[in-house]
Amino acid sequence: MIAPLPRAARPLALALGAAMSLALALPSQAKAIDIQEVTSPGGVTAWLVEDYTVPIVTVQFAFRGGAAQDPDGKEGLGNLLSGLLDEGAGELDSKTFQTRLKNRNIKLSFDIGRDAFYGNLKTLAANSEEAFELTRLALSEPRFDAEPVARIKAQIISKLRSEETDPEDLARKAWARELFGEHPYGRDREGTPATVELLTAEDLRGYADRILARDNLLVAVVGAIDAETLAGALDEMFGALPEKAELTPIADVKAADGKRAHIALAVPQTVIRIGGSAMKRDDDDFIPAYIADHILGGGVFSSRIYREVREKRGLAYSAGSSLLPLDHSGAWIAAAATRADAAQQAIDIMLNEVQSLGENGPSAEELEEAKSYLTGNYALRFDSSTKIAKQLLGIRLDRLGIDYVDERNELIRAVTQEDVRRAAARLYGDPASVVTVGPSSS
Amino acid sequence: MASLTLTLPLSPSPAYAEEKAPAETEAAAPVAKIAPNAQEFTLDNGMDVVVIPDKRAPVVTHMVWYRVGSADEAPGQSGNAHFLEHLMFKGTKNHPEGEFSSRVSAIGGEENAFTSNDYTGYYQRVAKEYLPEMMAFEADRMSNLVLTDEVVAPERDVILEERRMRVDNDPGSQMNEALNRIFYLNHPYGRPTIGWEHEIRALNTETALDFYKRYYTPSNAILVVAGDVTPEEVRRLAEETYGQIASRPDSARPARPSEPISPGARSITVRDEKVREPNLMQFYAVPSAVTGAPGEAEALSVLSDILGGGSTSRFYDELVRGDGLATYAGAYYTPTAVDDGRLIVYAVPRSGVQLETLKAGIEASIRKIAEEGVSEEELTRAKNSVVADAVYSQDSQQSLARIIGSALAAGRSLEDVQTWPARIQEVTAQEVREVAQRYLDPQRAATGYLKPVADAASGGAASDQASGPAATQAPQTETR
Repeated sequence: MIAPLPRAARPLALALGAAMSLALALPSQAKAIDIQEVTSPGGVTAWLVEDYTVPIVTVQFAFRGGAAQDPDGKEGLGNLLSGLLDEGAGELDSKTFQTRLKNRNIKLSFDIGRDAFYGNLKTLAANSEEAFELTRLALSEPRFDAEPVARIKAQIISKLRSEETDPEDLARKAWARELFGEHPYGRDREGTPATVELLTAEDLRGYADRILARDNLLVAVVGAIDAETLAGALDEMFGALPEKAELTPIADVKAADGKRAHIALAVPQTVIRIGGSAMKRDDDDFIPAYIADHILGGGVFSSRIYREVREKRGLAYSAGSSLLPLDHSGAWIAAAATRADAAQQAIDIMLNEVQSLGENGPSAEELEEAKSYLTGNYALRFDSSTKIAKQLLGIRLDRLGIDYVDERNELIRAVTQEDVRRAAARLYGDPASVVTVGPSSS
Repeated sequence: MASLTLTLPLSPSPAYAEEKAPAETEAAAPVAKIAPNAQEFTLDNGMDVVVIPDKRAPVVTHMVWYRVGSADEAPGQSGNAHFLEHLMFKGTKNHPEGEFSSRVSAIGGEENAFTSNDYTGYYQRVAKEYLPEMMAFEADRMSNLVLTDEVVAPERDVILEERRMRVDNDPGSQMNEALNRIFYLNHPYGRPTIGWEHEIRALNTETALDFYKRYYTPSNAILVVAGDVTPEEVRRLAEETYGQIASRPDSARPARPSEPISPGARSITVRDEKVREPNLMQFYAVPSAVTGAPGEAEALSVLSDILGGGSTSRFYDELVRGDGLATYAGAYYTPTAVDDGRLIVYAVPRSGVQLETLKAGIEASIRKIAEEGVSEEELTRAKNSVVADAVYSQDSQQSLARIIGSALAAGRSLEDVQTWPARIQEVTAQEVREVAQRYLDPQRAATGYLKPVADAASGGAASDQASGPAATQAPQTETR
């Protein structure tokens, strides 16, 4: 009845709301999955993994241009859109649309990241035609009726107000503000109660018209559907969209190093976020950097931060690190939460580990362990339709080729100790930025 | 592969034939069986085994579940089951601390463990060729755990940090914890699984080892293996590993103290200066799939879906859409529990609406269902949703293993889980109305209010704690 308590917290990337997986899913075996590239008569392409084991179809898609595209003063617009596309479209009002989905057990949802607007569709194969039709309606003929607009706005504002005193949320937002400043990446993707309050149906329509198009669309499909049927379905779902998106150019930005910020909040535990600039996904040192981050605080029970902060000293329950590769920047982040009177000790330990890895790089043994984990972990990211679709979409968003799945483990294996030392020096060489939320004495 | 296909009925059930709005609520989902190809057997020492073959990826999920949880702790030792779960990673006489986890990491595996009020579970997800090794490690720590004060003390600090993160930093969790405490009058479900802070501080090597020696033994455990394996393979490996451990007698948990008849409605108010969005939760006492009369848990599942399952539910329609009283409102029920459980209602009021007004609105919606029943369209929709979820669950070996492991650990049978969608199909509108009348009685319920410090109105005993979005979220079922 009561939710089970896990031994370790979920991976940091999720806690941060990072856009997508890092696409470092690395099948080591020769032919892990068979990916087909399908192009519709209308010119929409998708990557397809055909599998009839379970009679369901999973479609994950993304339009480049996420919350970073929100106009100044209208922060949270893309996020509001993600809550309203399934709230009435075409002839169907909100309740009718939702009832159609539920009657056919179609799971359709939308979400936004900093750089992309996401759609997720899951349907029983028997209902896929209606699922595709409802997806087309949602994307091409959203209604934005007054009642759902007001209702979803109120829900978002309620959530944002609750987050105003939640230490994890405060830390997440302050970290982005400190590292990215006035750049769109420095804003929260959900906006603020004040900006959301002002958003209108007209704003939503304008944003949808600009962002939901075919030339910035990426699609991944897994399940009980063949290439020919999918080709038709792609035109059904996306064919009515305009050909070209009108994206606002976003400037590149270097995440700030050496910043300090503290937010006072009456809680017994101080939430700690440290971080700094990192390379983008297309940097030659990205994979060595990914390995460096794994050694520092990746999702295993043997990372440096986990070992030093949690296992040896009992200073935190959740402690780890992650990379945040973005289209126009990159950052690393490390996180922990520690009783207020020991927060400084935990920060010092984390900074020491960061500095030490930056100066000395990893040991040969650490590197081998990391490579062994990362290459061995490949198949675990491909054991369900949802996971496969997510991986494929991530690879496409990262602008990697269809052969990436087969090549990736070799790229990891080829990384040398010197590569990681160099990447770690670039990552961790500058003074880290430190953000804390907790009692003022800490 | 063929064995993974779903069991399809030859014809639709009568409920579909009689439905009123065929165009809108056509029988979309065939009646599915959950994990239709799962097989079960028992080792000579009494350890139960379930194998769920899934050959799509060369991966296995290996889980061991113990039929013991926080509701089985000795009075004064709340948190001990969870404490032991953490300490199970501290090494054995054959494998010193870190060796097991290092090995899992070296092969690219994932691992974790979790504790609930009814069970404790451990798992690894690895490439299939490493299954024998994982089974050997897990069997080893079933009986060879070594604990010293040196490793136990820092882990107790870790758990105190975990409690701070989950509860002490979050007024919403504090309300939830307090509400749970006043809801149960006698049953140990009223204790928090993580433990009360002062009792966590008193846990030690001895309390953990006593619990371990009392409950961790093959006859009290369930092995679940899902993925690219055959039952024959798993049987052979299980006999070589877990099968070599002798079971201790009398390891089964004793019955827990049961609830008296409810003396009436109760409530608690938690206040905190950090509360920006007041909210409320209600717990209703209902049977579980283990304790209920035949069909009750099924009817309650359908009821909770119609009442508060998403944006087509009664609560959403009557309380959230239009000029409703609430910004959020919903309900959920989890049938898997050893003893009687809870049907949970949550709501966040619209700005300017008092919590007490919202509570009255919720109770009016419930009364309407109890008095007037549900429509065939609602019934069909709720049933189809359960059946569809069974098909969707088939997509993930990990979630199937968790569904089946938790059910067996709570005392349900594999057959009971597999035929759940079929039994849901048999639920009638009359049965849904009857369980609403029988169980959704405000006199059997407890209500928790989360409020800012400034608000003058109060719903019950005041506490100086309080809020957040936690109360609006369904329980987390992911384990990492």
